[in-house]
Amino acid sequence: MDYALIWFGLIGLLWAGYLVLEGFDFGVGALLPVLGKGTSDADSEKRRRVMLNTIGPHWDGNEVWLLTAGGATFAAFPEWYATMFSAFYLPLLILLVALIVRNMGFEYRGKRDDDTWRARWDMAIIGGSIVAPLLVGVALTNVVRGVPLDADSEFVGNLFTLLNPMSLLGGLVVLGLSLTHGAFFLALKTTGDIRRDARTLGTTLGLVTAGLAVVLLLWLGLTQGTLWSWITTAIVAVSLLAAIYANVKEREGWAFIGTAVTFASAVATYFLTLYPNVMPTTLADGTSLTLENASSSEMTLKIMTVAALVFTPIVLLYTAWTYWTFRKRLGTQHMPAPVSVK
Amino acid sequence: MDAVDVARWQFAITTVYHFLFVPITIGMSLIVAIFHTQWLRTRNPEYLRLTKFYGKLFIINFALGLVTGIVQEFQFGMNWSDYSRFVGDIFGAPLAFEALLAFFLESTFIGIWVFGWGRIPEKLHAACMWLVHIGTVLSAYFILAANSFMQNPVGYRFNPETGRAEMADFMAVLTNKVQLVTFPHVIFSAYMVGGAVVMGVGLWLMRKHATTDDEPMYRKATRFGAIFALVASLGVIVTGDIQGKIMTEVQPMKMAAAEGLYETTTNAPFSVLSIGSLDGSEATRIIEIPGLLSFLGTGTWDGEVEGINELRVSERAMAEKVAEQYGPEVAALVLVDDYTPMIPLAYWSFRFMMGLGFATMAAAAATLWAMRKNRVPHGSVWTWVAILTPLAPVFANSWGWIFTEAGRQPWIVYGLMTTSTGVSPSVSATEVWVSMIAYTLVYAVLAVIEIKLFLTYVRRGADPFEDPADHADADEDAPLQFAY
Repeated sequence: MDYALIWFGLIGLLWAGYLVLEGFDFGVGALLPVLGKGTSDADSEKRRRVMLNTIGPHWDGNEVWLLTAGGATFAAFPEWYATMFSAFYLPLLILLVALIVRNMGFEYRGKRDDDTWRARWDMAIIGGSIVAPLLVGVALTNVVRGVPLDADSEFVGNLFTLLNPMSLLGGLVVLGLSLTHGAFFLALKTTGDIRRDARTLGTTLGLVTAGLAVVLLLWLGLTQGTLWSWITTAIVAVSLLAAIYANVKEREGWAFIGTAVTFASAVATYFLTLYPNVMPTTLADGTSLTLENASSSEMTLKIMTVAALVFTPIVLLYTAWTYWTFRKRLGTQHMPAPVSVK
Repeated sequence: MDAVDVARWQFAITTVYHFLFVPITIGMSLIVAIFHTQWLRTRNPEYLRLTKFYGKLFIINFALGLVTGIVQEFQFGMNWSDYSRFVGDIFGAPLAFEALLAFFLESTFIGIWVFGWGRIPEKLHAACMWLVHIGTVLSAYFILAANSFMQNPVGYRFNPETGRAEMADFMAVLTNKVQLVTFPHVIFSAYMVGGAVVMGVGLWLMRKHATTDDEPMYRKATRFGAIFALVASLGVIVTGDIQGKIMTEVQPMKMAAAEGLYETTTNAPFSVLSIGSLDGSEATRIIEIPGLLSFLGTGTWDGEVEGINELRVSERAMAEKVAEQYGPEVAALVLVDDYTPMIPLAYWSFRFMMGLGFATMAAAAATLWAMRKNRVPHGSVWTWVAILTPLAPVFANSWGWIFTEAGRQPWIVYGLMTTSTGVSPSVSATEVWVSMIAYTLVYAVLAVIEIKLFLTYVRRGADPFEDPADHADADEDAPLQFAY
C-alpha cells in the first residue's frame, strides 16, 4: 500500500476539516462589526455576545485541526513541513500573531464589564478573524501554484514572491468563503434580528465569493488542472450556488452544509491539482518536493496510519457530540448579565 | 548575533514563556476536577464555589498556555528546518500523536466544561474536566518523548540514502529511559505548581476572609493545595534523583556542568553556591557537601564523576566515530570545536531549580503547620508566603528546563546533530529578529494583561453559591449560566 499517498490524502482531509470548522468561527469573528451592530450601544453589545457565544464551545477544538495538519505534515512529510514553514516565515508569523490575539480576545473579552476593555478585544477578534483566513488562503494557494525552490528543494524567494496575484486572490476567496460560511452558521444558530440579518448578508457575501472563486479556480484549472480537479471544481461551484439558494429559501441547515461542502471540495481541488507534488518549484532548474522525495520512512507512515485509523473516529465522535450538546439557537434573551469585576 | 543565536534566543524565550502556563494547566486541571467531583459526592456548596472559582483562574491561564503552544509547534519548521528534515521521521510522530490524542481532547472538553453548566448531566460534566486533565498529561507524555529523543536518541537508524535519521522502533522512542523518568518528574513538578497556586490563592483569601463565613472554605482550599504540593514535591525529589543518575549515564557532561566539575573526581562534592568564574581557574565554593555529587550521579558517596576536561575529549571521540561511520555529510553535523555547554548557566540553573523547589516544599509545610487547629496564620510574612509560593515552583520549572536544554549544548540531538546545523538555511537573521521582537512584545503585553486579570479574579474571590441543578429544568429562554 502507498502510505505516502494515504497521508497526502489525510493531510488534505485535515485542511478540509480545518477550513470547514474554523472557517465559520473566522466568519463569525470577522462579521462582529457588521452583524453585531444593533439599534443602540446596549443592543450592539448583546448582539455581539450572542454571536460570540454561538462559537464559544467550539472554536478552540476547531483550531486543533490546524495543529494536527501541521503535526501530521511534520511526521509524514518532514521535507514538506520544513520547506513550507521556513519559506512562509513572515506570513506564518503574522498568522500566528493573529491567532494568538484572536484567541485571547475570545477568552478575555467577557471577563470584565468595561467598554474600553471589550472594544479592544473586539479589535483583536475582528482583526485576527480577517487576517488569519486571508493568510491561510495565500499560503495554500502558494503551495499549489508553486514557489521558487532550488535544486536542493530549498526556498530561494522572498516575501514578495509569495504575494503574487493568484495567491492573493486565493486569500480573498478563503476569507470570502469564511465570511459566507460564518453568516450561514449564525443564521442557523441564532434567533431574532441577528438570524434575519445574517441570512440577508449571507446571500450577498455568497454571491461575491462565488464570483471570486470562479476566477481563481478557472485560473488554476486552466494552468495546472487535471480531470479530477475539474470534477471537484464543479462540486465547488454547484455546492456554493446551492448553499446560496438554500439560504434564500430559509433552509439554514442546508445552506451551512452547502458552504461546508464548498470548502471541502475547494481543498480537494487544491490537493488534486498538487498531486503528485507536495510543493512544486517555479524554477526551471529547481527540484519540486513530491510525495516520493518529501515523505517519511514507511515505518513512520505505518505507525501514523494505525494511530489515525484508531483515533480519528473517536475525535470525530466527541466533536460531533459537542455540536449536538450546544445545538440550541441563541438569542439576546439568553445573555446573562456581564461579569462585573474591578 | 547571527541567525543561529537569534533562533536559539527565540526558542528559549517562547519555550520558557509557554512553560510558565503549562504546569499550572496540568496541576490545576486535576485539582479543579477533584473539587468538582467532591461537589457531586458531598453536595457541600463550598466545593462548587471552589470549583467555579479556581476553574475561572484555570481558564485565564489555560488561554495563554494554548496560544503560546501553537507557536511552539510551528517553530520547528520555521526556525529549525534542517533539524526538522534530519529527525522529522522520528520527532514528528510524537507531535502528531500529541495533536491527535491530546490537543483535541483538551480543547474540546474544556469548551464543554465551560459552557456545559446546566446543559449536560452532572457526572458527565465533571468527567469533562477529568478528560481535560488526561489530555494535558497525554500532551506532556508525547512532547517529552520527543524531547527525550533529543536528550538520548534511541529507536532510530541513520539512512545514508536519505541522509537522515529514520524510525527503527517507535516503542523504544516512547519508552526511552530518559523519557520514563523525565515524564513523572515533569508531571510531579506540574502538580507541585498546581498545588502551590491553589494554596497561595487560598491562603491569601483565607487571611482576607478571616472574619467572614467564607473562611472555612478558603481554609479547605489552602490545606488541600498545600498537601497536594507537599506530596507532589516528594515525587519530584524521587524522580529527580533517578533522573540525575540516568543523566550521568547518558549525558555525563550535563551533570559535570551542573557542578562545574573540571577534573574527574571520586567522592565528588556538591556546592550550594559558589563565587568566581566557574571556568575551571578559580571558584570559591560555599558550603561544599563532600560526596553529594557522586551520590546524586552514581548512587554511592564515593562514586567516580567524570570531569568536564575528560568529557570534552570523550565527546569528541564519540563525534569522530559517528563521522567516520557515516561519512562527510554527517561529520558536518557532529564535529565542532568545543563540546562544552555554558558552565555558569548549567551550574546556576541547576541550583535555582532545586532551591526554588525546596522553598516551595518548605512553604507548604510551614503553612500547614501555621494553620493547625483552625488557626489563621497572622503576620505580614504570610502575605508574602501567599504571593511567592505559587511563583517559586513555576520558576523552578523554568530553570529545570533551562538546565536540561542548555546542558545539552552544543548538541540539538545528543551525539547526532549540533544545534548550529539545525537552523533554517532559507531564513535570514533579520527575519528571525523580526519574529523574536514580535513574539516578545506580544507575549509581554499578554503577560501584563493575564496577571492583572488573574489578580482581579483572585481579589474578587469565589462567587456566592448557586445550585446549577436549579437551572436545568428552567424554561428554554433562561439566560445561559456561562457566556462570553
